[in-house]
Amino acid sequence: MILVIGEQRGGKLNRATWEAVAGAQQLAAAVGNQPISVLVIGTGLAELAAELAAAAVQEVVTVEDAALEPYTPDGYTAALQDAIAQLSPSTVVLPHTYQTRDFAPKLAARLDRAIVTDVTGVKAVGSEVAFVRPMFQGKLTADVVAEGPAPHFVTFQIGAFRADQAARGNGPAPVRALTVAVQGQAIRQKPEAPFQEARQAVDLSQAERIVSVGRGIKEQSNIPLAQALAEALGAELAASRPICDAGWLPMERQVGSSGQTVAPKLYLALGISGAIQHLVGMKGSNTIVAINKDPDAPIFEVADYGIVGDLFEIVPALTAALKGT
Amino acid sequence: MKIAVCIKQVPTRDWQPRLNEAKTWIREQDATFEMNEPDAYALEEALRLREKQSGEVVVCSAGPARVAQVLREALARGADRAIHVEDEGLGNADAFVIASALAAAMQDEQFDLILTGLQSDDQGFAQTGVILAERLNRSHATIIMDVQVTGGQTLHVKRELEGGWFQWVDMPMPAVLTIQSGINQLRYATLKGIMAAKKKEIRKSPLPSAATAATKSRIVALYPPEKAKKTHMISGSPAEAARELVRRLRDDARVIS
Repeated sequence: MILVIGEQRGGKLNRATWEAVAGAQQLAAAVGNQPISVLVIGTGLAELAAELAAAAVQEVVTVEDAALEPYTPDGYTAALQDAIAQLSPSTVVLPHTYQTRDFAPKLAARLDRAIVTDVTGVKAVGSEVAFVRPMFQGKLTADVVAEGPAPHFVTFQIGAFRADQAARGNGPAPVRALTVAVQGQAIRQKPEAPFQEARQAVDLSQAERIVSVGRGIKEQSNIPLAQALAEALGAELAASRPICDAGWLPMERQVGSSGQTVAPKLYLALGISGAIQHLVGMKGSNTIVAINKDPDAPIFEVADYGIVGDLFEIVPALTAALKGT
Repeated sequence: MKIAVCIKQVPTRDWQPRLNEAKTWIREQDATFEMNEPDAYALEEALRLREKQSGEVVVCSAGPARVAQVLREALARGADRAIHVEDEGLGNADAFVIASALAAAMQDEQFDLILTGLQSDDQGFAQTGVILAERLNRSHATIIMDVQVTGGQTLHVKRELEGGWFQWVDMPMPAVLTIQSGINQLRYATLKGIMAAKKKEIRKSPLPSAATAATKSRIVALYPPEKAKKTHMISGSPAEAARELVRRLRDDARVIS
């Protein structure tokens, strides 16, 4: 059985759970149609369990325990260790969210089982299943085989599978409650409520066109070059994480997994290499243009148009071309 | 306060990937290496904590002989001493092997706090710090953007969540934190620091056979990424390429008017 561990906060399902279900269905097909179960843990799960029961899965399992709210890595690891012992899956599938990154390696280490993270695809290699994942900041792709006894843990990259590709069942799957042992007093982390730093003044998700700058811009004093191009295009200015870390543009203009997710008509990436944390925030854009001096930069894999060259020459030429015609 | 910082040496950003004969790893002899960037932020955070709290900063790395370069660099930036688990087989080891190797080398050190980057720029597992915490039975938190020590024994840390959200978490020490890039402004080594680093200790620690046996995954193929899209590459002088791009965006893609 393949076990999908869903993610929720405050009884609301994270959409990435459906992506993980879609990935698990592909994995199930690759290993000879294994059944799939979905597990969600926390409190107040009735509504989202009913929502997940629409998926083409064998069953939805819930674990409700006051010690699991709010999320902590200690609480989740203890609860899931017990749940996995009871359910004995062959593979455990999770979405590669920040929360998964916080507890899944601990859970795998506790059980001393393999974990393959940030997986984008599944393929059969001989009698084995290989998990496809980026390495070296997306410059290379690896097929990785998990070794040792089951269950193996797999986390699927956000956006690698589409939530709407998850097959729905003919009728709702049964929902079953499971009881596990979690000692509330053994939880060492005491989390406070999540918050946003500042109300985001710039909503990049509504922009039709975005000019985005990366490390290739080299210095803060070069930002006006990109600004001028953005103005000529009627575009918002955005950036990859290192630019906002350096304080060259405000954090609210950051695109990527830790910033905003955007899907404009035009996304123009200037000097952005295309690390996966950036790509997940913009690869849904309609038309992507990449300008980069490195012909092997991963950004070109998602680009519709590419120019290999010096952005300090190309950007002013582009601004002039837009104004001149 | 006794702080350990786990650092990894990774290929430089402008390195052009070349594969080995078996196409299961890179040709390391063609690569140039540097300190993994998130680990550099973890080191900087440790140095700042030492300035506030006093104590010791020990940098630790599990890797081939080549990683002595980043340990020496960390010492030049201000770390007090280093531990190197040296083995030529560690260059492409998985996170279980690295975490087991580091855990064994740290066993007798009684660190109050262990910091490392949230992930490495080479294999990018985002696992090593968390597995290390489990192996040493320490509390942990990941993707940290602020570290405060309250009352000498408790940590108050700011965890980054997705989409611009954050969360403060309290936990007791000893603990392991994985640090996000951008948590602070990095310092660079001074000439004085570089000179001082030459006298600092790098303790070699053997790789226990149990750590090698901890491996749980194997790369069966490594290759350039398959393209998601057909990219139209535009060539010519900057002015020609710019005019052609504008024409394409206007006439073909129709995303500008």
